[in-house]
Amino acid sequence: MFVWLHPYAKTERAYALCNTLMPYFLSAAVLGLSVGLVWGMLFAPSDYQQGDSFRIIYIHVPSAILSMGTYVAMAIAGLVGLVWQWKTAYMSMIAMAPVGALVCFISLFTGAAWGKPMWGTWWIWDARLTSQLILLFLYFGVMALYYAFSDRQQAGKAAAIIALIGVINIPIIHYSVEWWNTLHQGSTITKIGKPSIAPSMKWPLLVSIAGFMGLIGTLTLMQLKNVIIERELHRPWVKQLLSQQETK
Amino acid sequence: MSPLYSVIHRDFTLAMRQKADIFQPLTFFVLVITLFPIGVGPAPETLQKIGPGVIWVAAILSALLGMERLFRDDFNDGVLEQMQLSNLSLSWIMFAKVMTHWLLTIVPLILISPLLALFLNLTMPMYWALLATLLLGTPILSLLGSIAVALTVGLQKGGILLSLIIIPVFIPLLIFATSAVDTALFGLNYLPQLAIIAAMLCIAMALTPMAMSYAIKVSHQ
Repeated sequence: MFVWLHPYAKTERAYALCNTLMPYFLSAAVLGLSVGLVWGMLFAPSDYQQGDSFRIIYIHVPSAILSMGTYVAMAIAGLVGLVWQWKTAYMSMIAMAPVGALVCFISLFTGAAWGKPMWGTWWIWDARLTSQLILLFLYFGVMALYYAFSDRQQAGKAAAIIALIGVINIPIIHYSVEWWNTLHQGSTITKIGKPSIAPSMKWPLLVSIAGFMGLIGTLTLMQLKNVIIERELHRPWVKQLLSQQETK
Repeated sequence: MSPLYSVIHRDFTLAMRQKADIFQPLTFFVLVITLFPIGVGPAPETLQKIGPGVIWVAAILSALLGMERLFRDDFNDGVLEQMQLSNLSLSWIMFAKVMTHWLLTIVPLILISPLLALFLNLTMPMYWALLATLLLGTPILSLLGSIAVALTVGLQKGGILLSLIIIPVFIPLLIFATSAVDTALFGLNYLPQLAIIAAMLCIAMALTPMAMSYAIKVSHQ
């Protein structure tokens, strides 16, 4: 099982894989975001109640969904690292952390911008806002712990433990703040069978979610390449790669 | 004499010789709570409203303050390393150490809580609810916090980092604990919140010792 994965425990192969995958993610990002956002911003019908200001949904919802998805992916990478002791798993974990934190921040920022006209306030201690804010702090915690260690392997293990504790806590935090206080509207696209969002609004949203996925993938790969280069600076293949870059 | 007992006995003896470690968090706890009536004004209704939250936040902060030194000395003089080498399960040793630490630094906070309830004008039912949530909830603080302590023990500047990585994890506990006390204010049944806190405690007792022992091993690399 997973024999095909083993070569990627070597950083050189992982770096090559990043280069191979990059064009696909990049084209998905460019295509998905341009189509999804232009469609959503210009052509989708405006909401009967919220007017045109609802259009921020095409940035807000993808970033909110995927900030959580990225966290789970990061924790899975950490778990893989802990179980199989792969340093490339820790590297991808720490490559995802800043990207996830960025996406989480985007969702908070767009949420605030959307809340001002709709609820009349930038910030409110509502369930979803609070749990999203806590998610941002969890990302910060993982990064802070990782960069506090000077030994990168040890740092990876420590950060993976904290990421896993966080992932156990996310559902608990989510439901506890939900019971605590809620104002945020319910989800409209995940109701299976009969979504309560109109199809003309739903399709651009799904396309921009796909675009955001591509964007997160691209940024993560770029970050992962940097992490690999930084960590393996003394290796012959990195030196060779860098000298090739210089001669160009 | 069983090995676990000797671990507990040793920690007790050490703590009794270093009483500052017990009294500093306690004094900090009382001082933080004293700041609130001065900061927000002494109106009894306001204090009653914010009281449960204030006591809980102060308990979290002083628990973190006290926990920072939980493994520090044993890490520096190599005792933790010897404990890893002993044939006793490291998870059990960690669990015993954390529970001893809870008895020595957190139980004094609970013992002084009637005085603080008086300061903050809590009613009698509120105080009973507060006591129950503190008794069930503070061991969770110790157990979860000690994972982060075990991870940061080898670092020079562990203090702020410890709070940064572990405070977000405490939020559900804070929500349920303060909600129980608020429910008690209206004379309603707060057993559901207590049951959830107790469930969290059971899960924490089952899982955190393993995470702690792994974290200690990571710190020793």
